[in-house]
Amino acid sequence: MSPEGLSKPEYQVPQEMQNQVALTTLDRLYNWSRKNSVWPMMFGLACCAIEMIAAAASRYDLARFGMEVMRPSPRQSDVMLVSGTVTKKMIPQIVRLYNQMPEPKYVIAMGACATSGGPFKEGYNVVAGVDKFIPVDVYIPGCPPTPQALLHGLMTLQKKIEGQSLKEVSWYQKGPGEPIPVPVLGPDLIDMRKAAVIREKSQPVADPEKAAVAVDEAAQNGELPAKEG
Amino acid sequence: MTEATLVNPLETLVEHFPSGWVKKDDRPGYSGFIVEREHLLDFARAMRDDFGFDYLSMVTASDYLAEGIFDVVYYAYKTIGGPALVFKVQVPREDAVVPSLVALYPGADFQERELWDLMGIRFEGHPDLRRILMWEGFEGHPLRKDWKEPFYEEDVKPFKSRWPEGKPIHADDRNPFNDNVQYPTGFDPERWVPEAETLLYSGLQQTAHNEEFKTDELIVNMGPQHPSTHGVFRMVVSLQGEKIVDLKPVMGYLHRNHEKIGERNTFLQNMPFTDRLDYTTSMSNNFAYALAVEKLMGLQVPERAEYIRVIMAELTRIMNHFFATGFLLNDLGVYFTASLYAIEERELILDIFEEVSGSRMMCNYFRFGGVVRDVSDEVLKKIHNLIYDRIPRKLDQFDAYLTNNEILRTRCEGVGVLTADQAIALSTAGPILRASGVPYDVRRADPYSIYDRLDFDVVTGIHGDIYDRYLVRVGEIKESIKIIKQLLRDIPGGPILAGKPAYQVRVPAGESYGRVEGPKGEMGFYIVSSGKPNPERYHVRAPTFINLTSLAPMSRGEKVADVVVILGAIDIVLGEVDR
Repeated sequence: MSPEGLSKPEYQVPQEMQNQVALTTLDRLYNWSRKNSVWPMMFGLACCAIEMIAAAASRYDLARFGMEVMRPSPRQSDVMLVSGTVTKKMIPQIVRLYNQMPEPKYVIAMGACATSGGPFKEGYNVVAGVDKFIPVDVYIPGCPPTPQALLHGLMTLQKKIEGQSLKEVSWYQKGPGEPIPVPVLGPDLIDMRKAAVIREKSQPVADPEKAAVAVDEAAQNGELPAKEG
Repeated sequence: MTEATLVNPLETLVEHFPSGWVKKDDRPGYSGFIVEREHLLDFARAMRDDFGFDYLSMVTASDYLAEGIFDVVYYAYKTIGGPALVFKVQVPREDAVVPSLVALYPGADFQERELWDLMGIRFEGHPDLRRILMWEGFEGHPLRKDWKEPFYEEDVKPFKSRWPEGKPIHADDRNPFNDNVQYPTGFDPERWVPEAETLLYSGLQQTAHNEEFKTDELIVNMGPQHPSTHGVFRMVVSLQGEKIVDLKPVMGYLHRNHEKIGERNTFLQNMPFTDRLDYTTSMSNNFAYALAVEKLMGLQVPERAEYIRVIMAELTRIMNHFFATGFLLNDLGVYFTASLYAIEERELILDIFEEVSGSRMMCNYFRFGGVVRDVSDEVLKKIHNLIYDRIPRKLDQFDAYLTNNEILRTRCEGVGVLTADQAIALSTAGPILRASGVPYDVRRADPYSIYDRLDFDVVTGIHGDIYDRYLVRVGEIKESIKIIKQLLRDIPGGPILAGKPAYQVRVPAGESYGRVEGPKGEMGFYIVSSGKPNPERYHVRAPTFINLTSLAPMSRGEKVADVVVILGAIDIVLGEVDR
C-alpha cells in the first residue's frame, strides 16, 4: 500500500519512515479508502452497457481502480452507472433501485441517452435524461462513450469523492435522507412531484387558443417549474 | 409435401381460390397478393399445408392515412428455400380487426401483439392480446400516422432551425408540462389507479394443488434488473418447487421508438439508428437496411464494395458468436472469467471496425450503393492475421476447454429442446432454427450480395438443445473464417460506391423487404416509400424478438436455473427486442 495521495504534504515525515508512516487527516483517509473501492451496480440498460463490459474486460481492466466488483444488488453498491437509454417503462425501477442503494451513493450518466435522451430524445417512451428523476454526479458524453471515456468519467468521480468532507456530506447529517418518489405509469409517465401541475394543466379549457396564451404567459412569468440542470 | 409445394405456383395462385378471395397487389412498386379479411385463415392454411410456405417470417402493418386503411403485411417463406410469398389484408382504420394467425403460425404471437400495441389493430382469436412494448394503460397507439408524440415538431426531418433568432428552442419548452409527457384532458394523477398487471399474472398456466406434498405455486419475477437477463428483460415465472410451470416474457423496457423516429427521419438518417438496434452487430444491421433501400432504388453495388460488406458482416458474426458463447458461460455460472477469454478477440475485431469506420460499435459504415470508406491494405493485412492466426487459436481453446467439458455438457445437453417442427412453427431464426436441424440460412435459401459465389456450409445441429446451439455457433465461426479467407484472396480493386455520395437519396415509390442472415437470425427491414425523402413505413424484423416466442415452450418443465441458460442460448439483445 503506497501512502501516495494519502499523506498531507504539510506534515513532514522523516525520509527513513516514509514507507511505514503516513500522517493525514480523517477526511483524507476516509476519502482515500472510499475512492479506491467504488463498487458499481451491475446494471446495464442498452448499448453503453456493452462498452461497460469492455471496460471491465481484460484490455481496459476496471480492476485497476478497485471497481471490478460489480454487484447485482443495489444494497451492496456505491455507484450506479446508468448505461443507456432510460425509458418511461424502466424509470420506476431505476428510481426504486436508487432509493435502495445505501449512502454514500453516486450516479454516473453514461452516454448521450442517459444524459439527455440522446438520439432517441424525441421518442414517446424515452425519458430525456436520467437527471429528471435522480441526481447525477458525472456525465460522460459519447454514443456510446469509449471505454477510455468511461474510465475518465470514473476518475472524475474519484476526484469528486476526494473533495468531500465528513462534516458536510449529507449522509452524516441528522435524520435519514428522503427517498425519491417512484414515478407511476399512467396514460403517460407521471412524476408524482409534479402531480399538482399536471392536474392543473390537463383541465379542459373552453377555448384552446386562450389555453395556449395562458401557457405562454405562465412561461414568461416564470410560473412553470424551472428546467433542471 | 404435395406436388404443389415443389413447383412455384405464385403466378397462378389467384386461380386456386374462388373468385374475390385473393387478388394481385397491382399498386406500382408493390408486390404480392391482397386477401379478403374473411378468407385470411383459409388462405393461410392453404399456403402452409398445400403450397409449402411453412415459415411465417414477418408480420407487420402500414398505416395509409390518406386512403383510410391499414395494410397488414405477411411475409412467408418455404424452409426449403426460395422467394417470399407476400400477402396482405386491407382493413379500414375505423374497423381495424383482422383474424389472428397464431393458431396456424405460433410465431406470429408477439408480432401481432406488437401491432395491437403500436398500431391498434385488433387480432381476433389471439390468445393473449396485451400490449407488449408499452404498458397497459398507455394512451394511444403510437405508430398510427395521426398520433403525435409529446416532443412532436414536424412530420418529417430535416426540421426547421432550432436556433431561429440566435437563441435555441428547447424541446422541453414547447411542451406545456416542460417534459416528454402528454395527458388526456381532465386527467388527475392522484386519482389514477395503476395497472396491477392482473392480466399478465392470471394468464399464467396453473397446476392442480398438490395434496400430498402440500406445495404451492410460486410466482417469481426475474428482471428487469437481473444479471441473467442480458439487459432489461423480465420473465414472470410460475414455479412448482424448482420446476417451471409457465413463463411469460415481459419486454419493452428498452423500447426507444425506433420505428416512429425512423418514419420521421430521411432514408440516410436511419443508417446510424440501425447501428443501435442490435448494438453488438451494427455492420449486419447496416447491411440489411442498405439492401432494402437498394432494392427500391435499383442500385447495383460495385464489386469491391460487395467484398468489403461481406468481410465486415462475417467479422461481425464471429464477434457476436464469441460474445454469445462467453455470456452463455456466464449464465451457466462461470462468472465472468470465461467470458473474459471469449471476448478477447472481440477487441481486435473492434479495432478493425474503428479503423475503417471511425467507431468501435456504432459503425454507420454502409451507404446505399456501397460503403462509406475504402479499406486500406494494412487493414486487410490485419484481418488476414486475425483470420489465419488468432481466431483459429481461440477456437482450439474453445474445443479444448468447452466442447467436451463435462459440466458444460451435463448442463446443456437435452435442456431447452426445440424440435424442428416447433422451431419452424415458432418462426425462430438463426442458430436456434439450425440447431434444431433445419438447414435454413438466408445466405443459401435466398442469396443476397455475393454469397451465391462463395463456398461455405450451413451448419446444423441435430437435437435442438442448448449444446447444439453452442456447437452451431462455433461451427459458424469456422465457416465465417472460410468465407473471409476466400474474400481476402479475391478482393478486387475499384470503386466502393455506386454514384456520388449524397445526403438525400431519391427512392422511388413502392415497398421492399431486405433481409440478411444476421448473427442472431434473419434481420430484415420492411420499407414503404411514397417517393418522398422519408420512408412512409419503416419496420424492423428483429430476429431475437421473434426468437423469444420460443422461450416459454422451451422452458416449461425445466428447472429454474436452466431458464437462465435457455435465455442465454437464444442470445438476445434488448436493443433489438424492444427497438
